[in-house]
Amino acid sequence: MIKFQNVSKCYGHTAILKNISFDIKQGEFVVLIGPSGCGKTTTLKTINRLIEPDNGKIFIDGKDITKANPVELRRTIGYVIQQIGLFPNMTVEQNISIVPKLLKYPKQKCQEIVQDLLALVDMPYEENAHKYPTELSGGQQQRIGVLRALAASPPIILMDEPFGALDPITRDSLQEEIKRIQKKLKKTIVFVTHDMDEALRLADTIIFMNNGKIVQMASPEEMLQNPADSIIKSFLGKHMDNGNGVPKLFAEDFMKTKVFKVPRTSRTLECIKLMSSKDVNSLVVLNDDDTYLGTVSIEDIKALGKPGKEIAELVTNDVITVSRKEGAQIAFDKLLSSKSNYVIVLNDNQTVAGLITRTSMAKALGEALWGEVL
Amino acid sequence: MSFIEFVSKNYNEILKSLVRHIELVGISILIGILISIPLGIFLTRHKRVAGPVLALAGTIQTIPGLVMLGFALVLIGIGMLPAIIVLTLYAILPILRNTYTGITEVDKSYTEASRGIGMTNMQTLFKVEIPIALPTIITGIRLSTVYIVSWATLAGLIGAGGLGDLIWTGLSTYNTKYILAGAVPSAILAFILNGLIGLLERILTPRGLRRSRI
Ligand SMILES: Nc1ncnc2c1ncn2[C@@H]1O[C@H](COP(=O)(O)OP(=O)(O)OP(=O)(O)O)[C@@H](O)[C@H]1O
Ligand SMILES: [Mg+2]
Repeated sequence: MIKFQNVSKCYGHTAILKNISFDIKQGEFVVLIGPSGCGKTTTLKTINRLIEPDNGKIFIDGKDITKANPVELRRTIGYVIQQIGLFPNMTVEQNISIVPKLLKYPKQKCQEIVQDLLALVDMPYEENAHKYPTELSGGQQQRIGVLRALAASPPIILMDEPFGALDPITRDSLQEEIKRIQKKLKKTIVFVTHDMDEALRLADTIIFMNNGKIVQMASPEEMLQNPADSIIKSFLGKHMDNGNGVPKLFAEDFMKTKVFKVPRTSRTLECIKLMSSKDVNSLVVLNDDDTYLGTVSIEDIKALGKPGKEIAELVTNDVITVSRKEGAQIAFDKLLSSKSNYVIVLNDNQTVAGLITRTSMAKALGEALWGEVL
Repeated sequence: MSFIEFVSKNYNEILKSLVRHIELVGISILIGILISIPLGIFLTRHKRVAGPVLALAGTIQTIPGLVMLGFALVLIGIGMLPAIIVLTLYAILPILRNTYTGITEVDKSYTEASRGIGMTNMQTLFKVEIPIALPTIITGIRLSTVYIVSWATLAGLIGAGGLGDLIWTGLSTYNTKYILAGAVPSAILAFILNGLIGLLERILTPRGLRRSRI
């Protein structure tokens, strides 16, 4: 989707970007991170041609971006900046619909876009559309900043430390929202930050830069396990175990992904058959949209179930759930203090990622002590 | 003869002078706006010439009005034209300076955002920079106007008419009623125009940009 080919940029005699090459896939959430002044913003701005590189080429969907008209190019790429930059002379509605208007969308369509987008971030249209930016909180302003970038449905969105100026709680919820929106709308996002927590939370791929070069480009897990450089280790900081090289582990590192799941509409008999054929004594029950509903055990079915009954009626919720990015230690604590033999690991979107059983925990502890055990 | 009687007796003459005064002010402010706003915008795009041009405009401002009128009289003669030229020259600086600083001081985050989302330079100018700078620009117009209302009284000296005529007549004949008949309306005019333009400024400032005023 976005391809950098030996991109360089100098200011005077100082090289700011040194021969940068990378590939970003469609739908990928890429986070650029690195120390201040390492060239993150410069890299980002070369994508929408706010900065022109001296050397090298950048392609979007295989097309050299220098062949496109920069103004038209920018209208197809969302852009969110740290200072938010909502136009103070325009209302929320006018701010959001500015790019659709530049693209000459009909009025009706512009208004629909604004309504849909405001709904996406839970800001009711009636209440917010006619406010001016100064009448919103910082977090609300940046939500509108994000919506402005989304308005003309660009496939790519560039974000330069968009949440850097927000308080931690607001930042958390905006991070969650942007991740959700990215998944839902399948956007390719290039996101600049200098906060490793943020990078680990959001990224599919992290690009770590230093001194105008890419030090490492890897998934968060990979970067945690094999940081390519001491500067990356120092950025990972608290995510590493006091620098002894043992990366911090998450629930997802120990879970079994083979989970027997049934839809809520399954009948009791089918469930019993499944359990006996797979030799398990409980099943995970899913809602219609694949999100986690609860579990059902063979005892419950035997005690309460009538043949042909919908399984949803027997579902219980006493099994504890953790998110896949929950620290492994916390997940273990929860498992040990729970009555059941396992905890369910959920993805951010509440679908089931896997489960951690007492056995898989014991195995993990064994590995930590003695290395790989079979 | 009281001042009131004087006014009612010379009502027509005073009214004529007032109208002429308004004409002088209106025309020179209008031309001043037409020159200064585009020039100010031009300077924000060519910052290197901005310094010299603003300095030149500032220098013009420091030349005493009488001297300027003298030049105009010598070079162009008497009547409205030289008066309007001189007044326009004086009207330029406050509007020019406020247009320039108003636009220059628009926060970079707005112009960066507008470019980044795909506005052309013209769109950035008209949709973002000018609206945000508008209160400052109108303040410049207000300052110019108040200022020109008083400078315009000098125009009477070179036969351009206006309320200055009455004042100069009064001064040369030691007739305070004439002086008052020129001075009082011009003071009221300045006051009213100041208020009207201030009101316009408030109306044209979008709610999102309104600050509490001192
Ligand atoms: N217009 C410019 N002229 C000269 N040097 C510049 C210019 N813009 C940026 N630089 C320099 O380029 C380097 C990289 O800047 P850039 O803004 O890309 O850094 P960054 O990684 O985004 O840093 P930060 O985390 O502080 O935002 C910095 O050293 C900066 O001083
Ligand atoms: Mg930066």
